[in-house]
Amino acid sequence: MSTLPPLPVETEEGESAPERPRGRAAARLLPPQRLTGPIPWVIGILIALVVIAAAGGLALRNLSNAASSSLSSALSVQVIEPNPDLRADRTAAAVKVLTGLPGVTAVHEVPEAELVSMLEPWLGEGASSGDVPIPALIDVELAASAGPAEVARVAAALKAAVPGARVDAQGDFLRPVNDALAALQWLALGLVALVALATAAAVWLAARNAFAGARDTVEIMHLLGASQRQITAVFLRDVLREALLGAVLGAGLGVAAVWLLGQQFAALGSGMVSGGGLMLADWLVIGAVPLAGVLLAGLTARITIALVLKDML
Amino acid sequence: MSENLAGHVKFDNVGLRYGTDPEVLSNLSFTLYPGSFYFLTGASGAGKTSLLKMLYLAQRPSRGAIRMFGQDLVTMPQSRLPELRRRLGVVFQNFRLVPYLTAFDNVALPLRLAGTEEKKVQRAVGDMLEWVGLAHRAHAVPPSLSGGEQQRVAIARAVIARPKMLIADEPTGNVDPDMALKLLRLFEALNNRVGTTVVVATHDVHLLKKVPDSLIMRLRKGQLSDPTGALRYPPKPGGSSAA
Repeated sequence: MSTLPPLPVETEEGESAPERPRGRAAARLLPPQRLTGPIPWVIGILIALVVIAAAGGLALRNLSNAASSSLSSALSVQVIEPNPDLRADRTAAAVKVLTGLPGVTAVHEVPEAELVSMLEPWLGEGASSGDVPIPALIDVELAASAGPAEVARVAAALKAAVPGARVDAQGDFLRPVNDALAALQWLALGLVALVALATAAAVWLAARNAFAGARDTVEIMHLLGASQRQITAVFLRDVLREALLGAVLGAGLGVAAVWLLGQQFAALGSGMVSGGGLMLADWLVIGAVPLAGVLLAGLTARITIALVLKDML
Repeated sequence: MSENLAGHVKFDNVGLRYGTDPEVLSNLSFTLYPGSFYFLTGASGAGKTSLLKMLYLAQRPSRGAIRMFGQDLVTMPQSRLPELRRRLGVVFQNFRLVPYLTAFDNVALPLRLAGTEEKKVQRAVGDMLEWVGLAHRAHAVPPSLSGGEQQRVAIARAVIARPKMLIADEPTGNVDPDMALKLLRLFEALNNRVGTTVVVATHDVHLLKKVPDSLIMRLRKGQLSDPTGALRYPPKPGGSSAA
């Protein structure tokens, strides 16, 4: 022990100092820690909830859009006349006027039998007995959106030939449904935001715990001259590994739950519900959730580590 | 002024307090010169560890000025401190080895942090472990090493990157007298052959006699005295001066 070994690491005259390891090279300074804590599971559950909430919100948006787009350019014209003969004449006149009206792409008189079958659940036998006068109904498709101006224009065109005709935009009937769907979408967005916050908090705790457990090691590295970037690289690697495992677990659970729900709704065979299916772009958004979770974990861990290191000189 | 004349480290009227407590160190003014061997003595609680903490850049002073290797530590941004720390070697009182790294990897850590090529790291660490007599324990982790072995690993880690200044806090506190003497000889070799400035904190007065050319700084109730003139006279450049 008395003879000092030759100097192995001195920089030769004129030789530039070696570049200090950063990023992945810095992360290899210490071996990775074993995954033992509950954090990957917590992150996994939270990511699964975000995936389900996001998928629900996107499905509701699609449902609302599908319903609105199919009705947005449609009008209903009601010919209200108790006398059946007069009603038939006025209906024919209305179809004639509407067919010749610029901007109208289709006119379809709803057959009386169809109206009766629609009203039967409410009126019972009265609907088919003729005792209760049922207005004639004409569906009109416009080239443009059926806004208030279009409704007024069509009503004005009908006024002379068909007195008492009532014109309604079909979209108006769905407004309460659309409002409810919009509220549910906001709810889903709120859930996504809340769960994202909870994920950030879980990662923050994970980073702090990882740091508390390794505080002595951090101090040793710090005192041996490790830069903040090197220390961050070591601990970021461990936090990101936990977050990545959690994200994969969560994405798997969440996507499986969404797929199962989709199958259940598809089995209903309802026209309206089928409009709420998820498109490719929606799946891409859902796929971005675990990635965002990992990025969030990285950012949160980086901030946490910087704050802890700030306390050390 | 050259660093030899200006000194590696210059404390000017430095005081240190923790929180709102009274100062644990007061009015410290001294200069540590390159290539000198200093003992820092004093009873337990005299403030030796606090002074060393400021020397190895774990603690900023509450007042006063410190210059190290020509740089003002008080105003230096935190981001530049790692660069200075890599010029220091520190043997901590309780060794502070990374418990899950082998003796080899603990010793290699300063080199790896500095970005030394792995081939050179392997050779240098192997030589260093041979030097401290622990080549056969290279793959043992600290918990399986004896106190003396851990201490030698800590010393090997402190000197592997050939620091400009070696700071050791009670480095012989956990070893038998024979090993203590061997460790001191090791510090002397580093001091004489590499020119490293050595600062050893100890409360063992018998140890002081073992290094005859050393300078002694004595701490008492947070104040420094210099029975060997260590604080008054610059030692001869390039070597220790007699007390």
